[in-house]
Amino acid sequence: MLELEIDGKALQVKEGSTVIDAAHQAGIYIPHFCYHKKLSIAANCRMCLVQVEKAPKPLPACATPVTNGMKVFTHSDLAIKAQKGVMEFLLINHPLDCPICDQGGECQLQDLAVGYGSSSSRYQEEKRVVVNKNLGPLISTDMTRCINCTRCVRFTQEIAGEMELGQAFRGDRAEIMPFIEKTVDSELSGNIIDLCPVGALTAKPFRFAARTWELARRKSISPHDGLGGNLVVQVKHDKVLRVLPLENEHLNECWLSDKDRFSYEGLNSPDRLTKPLIKQGGAWKEVEWNQALDYVAHAMRDIVKEHGPDAVGAIVSPHGTLEEMYLAGKLMRGLGSDNIDCRLRQSDFSGRRAGTPWLGMKIAEINKLDRVLVVCSFLRKDHPLIAQRLRQAVKRGAQVSVIHAADEDLLMKLAGKIIAAPSQLPDRLAQITKAVAELKGATCDLSVAVGAEARKIAESLVSGQNAAILLGNLAQQHARASTLNALTQQLAGYLGGRFGFLGEAANSVGGYVAKAVPAGDGLDASRMLTEPRKAYLVIGAEPELDCADGVRATNALTRADSVIVLSPFKSAAALAYADAILPVAPFAETSGSFVNTEGRVQSFQAVNRPLGETRPGWKVLRVLGNLLKLDGFDFASSEAVRDEALGGGAGKPEFAGDLDNIIADVAIDLSPGGGIERVADVPIYFADALVRRAPSLQKTKDAVTPAARMNAATLAKFGVKAGEQLKVSGGGTPATLVAALDVGLPDDCLRLAAGHATTAAVGAMSGAMTVEKA
Amino acid sequence: MNGQPNMLSQEARARIDREVAKYPTDQKQSAVMAALRIAQEEQGWLSNAAIESVASHLDMPAIAAFEVASFYNMYDLRPIGKYKLTVCTNLPCALSGGVHAAEYLKRKLGIDLNETTPDGKFTLKEGECMGACGDAPVMLVNNVQMRCFMTPDEIDKLLAECK
Ligand code: SF4
Ligand code: FES
Ligand code: FES
Repeated sequence: MLELEIDGKALQVKEGSTVIDAAHQAGIYIPHFCYHKKLSIAANCRMCLVQVEKAPKPLPACATPVTNGMKVFTHSDLAIKAQKGVMEFLLINHPLDCPICDQGGECQLQDLAVGYGSSSSRYQEEKRVVVNKNLGPLISTDMTRCINCTRCVRFTQEIAGEMELGQAFRGDRAEIMPFIEKTVDSELSGNIIDLCPVGALTAKPFRFAARTWELARRKSISPHDGLGGNLVVQVKHDKVLRVLPLENEHLNECWLSDKDRFSYEGLNSPDRLTKPLIKQGGAWKEVEWNQALDYVAHAMRDIVKEHGPDAVGAIVSPHGTLEEMYLAGKLMRGLGSDNIDCRLRQSDFSGRRAGTPWLGMKIAEINKLDRVLVVCSFLRKDHPLIAQRLRQAVKRGAQVSVIHAADEDLLMKLAGKIIAAPSQLPDRLAQITKAVAELKGATCDLSVAVGAEARKIAESLVSGQNAAILLGNLAQQHARASTLNALTQQLAGYLGGRFGFLGEAANSVGGYVAKAVPAGDGLDASRMLTEPRKAYLVIGAEPELDCADGVRATNALTRADSVIVLSPFKSAAALAYADAILPVAPFAETSGSFVNTEGRVQSFQAVNRPLGETRPGWKVLRVLGNLLKLDGFDFASSEAVRDEALGGGAGKPEFAGDLDNIIADVAIDLSPGGGIERVADVPIYFADALVRRAPSLQKTKDAVTPAARMNAATLAKFGVKAGEQLKVSGGGTPATLVAALDVGLPDDCLRLAAGHATTAAVGAMSGAMTVEKA
Repeated sequence: MNGQPNMLSQEARARIDREVAKYPTDQKQSAVMAALRIAQEEQGWLSNAAIESVASHLDMPAIAAFEVASFYNMYDLRPIGKYKLTVCTNLPCALSGGVHAAEYLKRKLGIDLNETTPDGKFTLKEGECMGACGDAPVMLVNNVQMRCFMTPDEIDKLLAECK
């Protein structure tokens, strides 16, 4: 510990602290622009100059390490004079166009200029002008306002992992730019808007929409990936206009993925329903709620009476709230059916689970891992901020290896990598398992021949103290997901490490907790569709895009006698197969809870009034339960539903109980597949109903129409070149798609994204495909 | 990078690799200045494609190579004439006729700074201190040949030498 004095206040700080760290610890504010606690030190703005005893000139607090006995003055005449001088310099070339600047009211330069600037400028000469850059559909630029703090540059380099911006030219000509004509395409790009201390980088979708002081700020939780990012949702006149991160060191830190930040645009989509709809005599009609609910209750009662409760199935979105899930399960079981599932993109439900599958550790513990194996994950796009944590771990010396069906650039150094066709992944994982067992001197009954790369990964894994294996979305959606789970469990056992699942959706863990999965011998998401039911309750999901096999889902729903859809949005598909569509609130318009991938229960309130006659889903289900005369549906609040869902006691526990990744009774299947296999990713902006309707995100490069991607050898096999048309089919209707070269794919694989209208009719997300030249 | 073919010749790449070998293996990008120089020598100037080629050869982001190429004024980001004359106009030279030398050249060649004569023969540039302030006015021919005490007579002589 070091002792120092700041403005007469004595304090102790950790070895290696800088003066600005120490000041923050003492609650003393030092003005700054380029300093940011999560970024490297650049010390280029000089705003943080302070006086240090015995130093001949002012020193930058952000770059001056504390020494024992140091005396710092942040408000002495010398310090103030230096700070004022720096401010005068910064404003020389600044356009001072605050009245037309979106940053006005939340601008560090504006704030500090009030504190340290003078009321008029001594500078009479010409100011410089910097040409704006096109950074893509999310970030708008006014580069003349830039003060060259390089926070944005350091973010792309250090946090996002790819230097997409740089500071070109020199001295007074220096400007921030991407490489000629490139845009900033990172899935974390929006964070540079928050980081920019001036109005040089602002949010394009929010441009000129409101002034910061006109906005109400309300806390919420992201409904997208398993992270459960904490949000500040900003609302004006009952419209969500912007989303910013709410800092939470356990989860999103001070960042947000672009999906969490910009998906709010989907809340204002023209697809939003405002009134219940019922199909009468083949035509859709807007009706009052009581009429709609009566209709639904009757329909369900009739089906149960006629065909038995087993004829009803519930398909629940894993992005829905815990409360909705719980009430949906209670409703189904009240009717006598156990057919409910929210694991819509999964297809292998074999084996016996001991509890709720989860991350197997706290998210914050990922940073401390020293050896990691990531199994089948499109990590950057599926879990942008978890990828970021691993990136930081790698920088500190952790070794990360991957086993996957597609070679993707994770923007971090990898210790080992196995890329193989989906059907061969169980075998490869078994090889790693066996190699680890051999290295650990354990007996292992897996009969596989260990390859060189598997051995290399095994050697890396055993060389650490704190290893973990993370199963990604593709591992969970894999046709032999249980085999992958069981092998991972075995591998973690040999390693003495942990393992877990990177939760696909905001409430993937919550779905188990709320029993939105079969509790007994009910049908799972896959069997509910292969063994079609007479009636379906579809909650929040768009099964044609959200299920493992969209074709099968559409067929089953089209053939059913009754399909009741609860959703904020209408879609052409639902209008075709449903007979009642009830407008229920998206996350911003209801209270509820999500249980994130680490099992953390996060409850939130509505930030906004529901649109039109939209109602919170839990209230709709409560009324339905009552109309169906089921017991136990008189909840006074969503909190009461949550408390019951979490197993009794009032008050919210921090974490859900019964988290356990152990699986038993799995028939390990290592047999290789054959033919052309599909590798299906769910692109980041096609993953759920809300983000699919967010227009700005849909304009990004991550949202381009999926192509049929193959490696060079596979393309040659079909005699096609990149750019040519190709006919592909996987059991559904053949689709004509553009062929594209993807050097990161194994032989005989066709990478075809799911979750998109152009590929929905093709068939299942995994399995054999037929390909021919169109 | 971007699947575009590297535009540098085998020979240039071999020369760059010799520079790379001077640094630790995981710090290839330390050779960026030398690599850009080699690319410029081969191509005559540094196009975006050339900078991208250098960057991809050194496994570094293109923008990071562009930062370097745009920082130093001996890298040419636009095509130049056969002879590039860089006149030092920094303060010590300016006090000893550096600015006059630049003015004289402008008049003689009929072009402004950062311009090239229509016949493509001369490009005029302004340079930073060349470490020879005592010999002012000084200028550099094609980045390599240093000329001192450049009075109008000497300049005329230099121009005559440039065929
Ligand atoms: S654009 Fe903003 S964040 Fe980037 S250097 Fe300029 S002022 Fe800093
Ligand atoms: S904050 Fe210290 S120099 Fe910028
Ligand atoms: S100032 Fe011209 S060489 Fe030094």
